[in-house]
Amino acid sequence: MEGDLVNILADLKEKEALKIVEERLSAGEDPLKILGEGRRAMEIVGRRFEAKEYFIPDLVYSGEILKEIAKKVKPKLKGDAQVKRLGKIVIGTVAGDIHDIGKNIVTFMLDICGFEVYDLGVDVPAKKFIEKIGETKAEVIGLSGFLTVAFNSMKETVEAIKEAHLRDNVRIMIGGGQIDDEVRKYTGADAYGPDAMAAVSLARRWLGGK
Amino acid sequence: MERTPEELYQEREKRVMDAIQLKVPDRVPVMALFGFFPAKYIGITCEEAMYDHEKMMKAWVKTMADFQPDMYENPYPVRFLGNILEVLDYRALKWPGHGLDTMLTYQFVEDEYMKAEEYDEFLFDLSDYMVRKLWPRLFGALEPFKKIRPINQLISYYMGLANLALFDLPEITSALNALSKAGREAQKMLSGAQAFSEEMKRLGIPPQFGAFTQAPFDTISDFFRGTRGTMLDMYRNPDKLQEATEKLLPIMLEMGVSSAKRRGIPRVFIPLHKGLDNFMSLDQFKTFYWPTLRKLMVGLIEEGLVPCPFFEGDCTSRLEMIADIPKGKACYAFERTNIFKAKEILGDHVCIRGNVPLSLLCGGTPDDVKEYCKKLIDKVGKGGGFILDAATGLDDAKPENVKMMIEFTKEYGVYR
Repeated sequence: MEGDLVNILADLKEKEALKIVEERLSAGEDPLKILGEGRRAMEIVGRRFEAKEYFIPDLVYSGEILKEIAKKVKPKLKGDAQVKRLGKIVIGTVAGDIHDIGKNIVTFMLDICGFEVYDLGVDVPAKKFIEKIGETKAEVIGLSGFLTVAFNSMKETVEAIKEAHLRDNVRIMIGGGQIDDEVRKYTGADAYGPDAMAAVSLARRWLGGK
Repeated sequence: MERTPEELYQEREKRVMDAIQLKVPDRVPVMALFGFFPAKYIGITCEEAMYDHEKMMKAWVKTMADFQPDMYENPYPVRFLGNILEVLDYRALKWPGHGLDTMLTYQFVEDEYMKAEEYDEFLFDLSDYMVRKLWPRLFGALEPFKKIRPINQLISYYMGLANLALFDLPEITSALNALSKAGREAQKMLSGAQAFSEEMKRLGIPPQFGAFTQAPFDTISDFFRGTRGTMLDMYRNPDKLQEATEKLLPIMLEMGVSSAKRRGIPRVFIPLHKGLDNFMSLDQFKTFYWPTLRKLMVGLIEEGLVPCPFFEGDCTSRLEMIADIPKGKACYAFERTNIFKAKEILGDHVCIRGNVPLSLLCGGTPDDVKEYCKKLIDKVGKGGGFILDAATGLDDAKPENVKMMIEFTKEYGVYR
């Protein structure tokens, strides 16, 4: 029975998954165990995305089902469930750009792959990135942007990080819209990734993890 | 010998239509979606462009005169919107001076403006749903419309007249006043558009498009349910989502047909947003996206028009599927799709347009641009059926790079 939830959730069967969760909660089962299985299912979802069996709508839907499960489980939780995280990443859409679809997907993928992600939102000035790096000691920074105005904002953000003497402590990845390796060179970032899985691979390479 | 503007106009129109009909034109046509580039090039703010008719006119006319693309895009219907948006208190956009810095382009604010549980209302009576539910959410000034009774009940002298009592409310009156004020601003925008097209005739440059429409799926995803909303609908409400795209199809078709015919310009612009490789699987594209997009394009073709979809992002995995369209009747523009592969798969079937990367146009040198254009002309331009363009709107491109793109194409792109 217990392996079921993992597979049913990984197969995106929302109604069945929620029914199992309800039954198990009313039978008095440990809610932490259910959340743990939810996490295992998300790892399978991540792997299927990596293998191009799943696409972004599948990710979004899996996240939505997990949210519904968490809603049912949370009232029964005593205290916080701490999970060991692989490393810290600060992410945001750079100044002047308010697009967030791509950034949100990258945040979601990094999160389900075990990283601690601090998402600063959209139109984020360089100063805010620097403050967050100082506060969290994050070692990876993700800069997102959809418009051409983002090219300069990214360059300015990288330079501001340098001026704050933090450049040697962090690796910077960029992505979104028209971003490519030419833009990486222009901005002085360390790497460019074309999609969310590229962001995960870069984070794994830089921070460890499988 | 110096050609008259009329001769130039005809020559350019023929060059582009030859490319679209897969004949070999005299040379590769070259054009761009300039975005807010002219404002930056001339030195006015994007805010001024959106509000000040004279400044916009001057900046855009001078840019077209300096760069001489084969065709222009009229900036008025998509840029000169400041006053209209402001009068209506439009909430789905931030624009320069209104939530954004004055030098930035406007940007869309996505949301679930329509809720998942409202599909039945959408499907039952779209117009009534829009007036009483969607408009009040999209336009602050029209929020009072959420109070009125269904507009489909005003039928006769004894059916519906009582509903009109609500129109006596002061807030409904002010909403109606806002509409009429927006109407005056829209009229100014249209006069500006007309004046601009006269200026372009004097330069001998024809317009790229006579109308604008959208794939039904995109209309739902962009403006009703949001990207996340439609992604979830593909699992939770697949039948209703499909019904909704079918419901929008004749509306999207009419939008393209009526404007293109009125203006006598056959090309209909269809920017595509949510069907990209990354945004859905090929199966989902086949089920939810492509059927109504194809019907839209075929419908336009049957009316004697030329659908010009712009496949934003990367659509390389869709190339075989989108090849299913009448030959020589459409023009496909690509942003990040592998355009060389597109030439292989679509080349003998559909005119291809694209795709000098904005990273090169913004960050590269004129030589980088020249090298990329040469490759495009050699490979994608081979045998005709190609229009050279930037990968997407120019906005922050360097003028010297845009100049190189256009002038090099005119010189090197000649078919011998």
